[in-house]
Amino acid sequence: MHKIWASAYKEFLLLTRDLGGLSVLFLMPILLVITITIIQDGTFKTLKETKIPVLWVDQDQGDISKTIYQGLVESNTLELIENTSETEAAALVNKGDFQLAIVIPENLSKDLDKKVNENVTGMLAKFGLEEDSIVPLKTILSPKEVRLYFDPATQYTFKSSIKNGIDQMIAKVETQSIYKAFQQQVTDDPSEVIFDTESFITFKEIGPEDREKAVIPNSTQHNIPAWTLFAIFFIILPLSINMVKEKNQGTFVRLRTNPISYATVLAGKTLVYLCVSLLQFGLMLLIGVYLFPNIGLPKLDVAGKVPMLFVVAFFAGLAAIGLGLLLGTIAKSQEQSAPFGATFVVILAALGGVWVPVFAMPSFMQTLSKLSPMNWGLEAFYDVFLRNIGFSELLPEISLLFLFFVATAAIAIVYNERKNAV
Amino acid sequence: MIQINQLSKKYKGAEGFSVSDLDLNIDKKEIFGLLGPNGAGKTTLISMLSSLIKPTSGSFSINGLTFQENKKELKQLIGIVPQEYALYPSLTAFENLSYFGSTYNLKGNTLKEKIHELLKTLGLSNFANKKISTFSGGMKRRINLIASILHEPKVLFLDEPTVGVDVQSKNVIIEHLKQLNAAGTTMIYTSHHLNEAESFCSRVAIIDNGKIITKGKPKDLVSSYQYARNLEDVFLAITGKALRDHA
Repeated sequence: MHKIWASAYKEFLLLTRDLGGLSVLFLMPILLVITITIIQDGTFKTLKETKIPVLWVDQDQGDISKTIYQGLVESNTLELIENTSETEAAALVNKGDFQLAIVIPENLSKDLDKKVNENVTGMLAKFGLEEDSIVPLKTILSPKEVRLYFDPATQYTFKSSIKNGIDQMIAKVETQSIYKAFQQQVTDDPSEVIFDTESFITFKEIGPEDREKAVIPNSTQHNIPAWTLFAIFFIILPLSINMVKEKNQGTFVRLRTNPISYATVLAGKTLVYLCVSLLQFGLMLLIGVYLFPNIGLPKLDVAGKVPMLFVVAFFAGLAAIGLGLLLGTIAKSQEQSAPFGATFVVILAALGGVWVPVFAMPSFMQTLSKLSPMNWGLEAFYDVFLRNIGFSELLPEISLLFLFFVATAAIAIVYNERKNAV
Repeated sequence: MIQINQLSKKYKGAEGFSVSDLDLNIDKKEIFGLLGPNGAGKTTLISMLSSLIKPTSGSFSINGLTFQENKKELKQLIGIVPQEYALYPSLTAFENLSYFGSTYNLKGNTLKEKIHELLKTLGLSNFANKKISTFSGGMKRRINLIASILHEPKVLFLDEPTVGVDVQSKNVIIEHLKQLNAAGTTMIYTSHHLNEAESFCSRVAIIDNGKIITKGKPKDLVSSYQYARNLEDVFLAITGKALRDHA
């Protein structure tokens, strides 16, 4: 035990003597979390608060165009700018001045009314409810299309949400027109309410924390766990570089001739770097709780979750350190360890679902993501932050993280022993 | 004290053996010099004896112990002064020595006193709390030596312990090594400084191409070669004057 403490103290001294490196270890993750959260929060705000300017070309000038216009205005996501020329609107979108132009075709309201009325009259005639009970001839109407001009650079998700939104509004208008036509056929009194045209089925989002209250996770709640984990795993870089330096300085050679095992040397490193990763994590939480609200970002909600969060951070830190120890043992130069370490962490993060949610990945990548320790850590963090689950439910994920540490550290020790066997 | 039997080492991809079927006995309290041109096999032999590399064949024992059976005891028994400085540049002399001392289970006041005693003996008392990165080559060599003798080893391997140091530092190092030897430490020493080896070693072996060409007391070797005035003459007579550059 004395040798482990001595090794840990030496590691502590080496780290604290490199103040530049130490500050990078703490400052870079903070910068990363702040930058990403501001960007993502901006995206949330774009959808929630900031209105996207959209060109509105109303060739219909009828009830339907008014209803769609009203619906889009009430959605609070779009700022409709009226334009009379479809060609001009299309040109402006192509130039990239606008992301979208919506063109409502001529006679849409009139033709829809006509079509619905004819359908309803025909249907009632079939049932024999019409006075003359003769099915009227149908007028041939050309199909109508609402034309959407998108900037080619527009993101797929934005396109899709706009299309869905307009589609829903048109469906609602069509339904209301049908009800209206029926009403006109059944009663002469327009004030008499026969059909309730309001939607019968609605959606309610229910969070796990409070079944009565809808909880919508904000950008901070998503970003702090993801990017903190990313930062924790980045510890493999200084750790492996430090080990390669020791090899190059010859101090590892001296240690190999001294009565101290490689496992003891690694244990000393593990203790110190684990403390660093926990400090990093604590700092991230403080930033989320105290700094974010002061710079206009949503506050991180950690109420009642801190101990569980530190449990996850502890095991995620161990997994990252195990990887760093293995890389530092195998790498022969900083030119090997630094680029490999950095790239590998980015790959693990991508696989782990830090950028793109795992469910949105191709099935092969979803299988691969299950092998990423960052995925186990991220799931564990989301379990605590967003799903509000208990310790026993966290066990599978933290066990995997711990096993990953044990496996990587054991491989490092065996590799070193085999390489230096006498 | 040290028995070496048919010891050989061939590195992966190398054409020949770096050390080939080497037999040698070194007695207790000897200062045994391994001399030879670059690439002769001196460092390879010391690296095998200090457990840094695995022999291809053959065996050796130190004080009757082998690394295969008595690894822990042997590591406690020996000390190695490597050719490189093998110190942490960002730590102070005291911090470096404290750490390396603790690996030998030395701790507390015993370790502290031992460090200060050796720093004083080797003229570095005033630099205990200075970072190694600020030290001159001679100072680093002395710290390198102290790090290897804190635990009072019975056998000390010295791989060019005075290379690249000033005359004063060299003198302090050699004088202290002589004191250690007088106190009972057996030493195996490699150097390119043949004058130093001639006065310092009780016995030397001249190695070339992994084999011992000759061995004996320096004076006996000098007298056994006609026209040889010193060990350097003997060395050149045996190994030739051709350059031995290795890449």
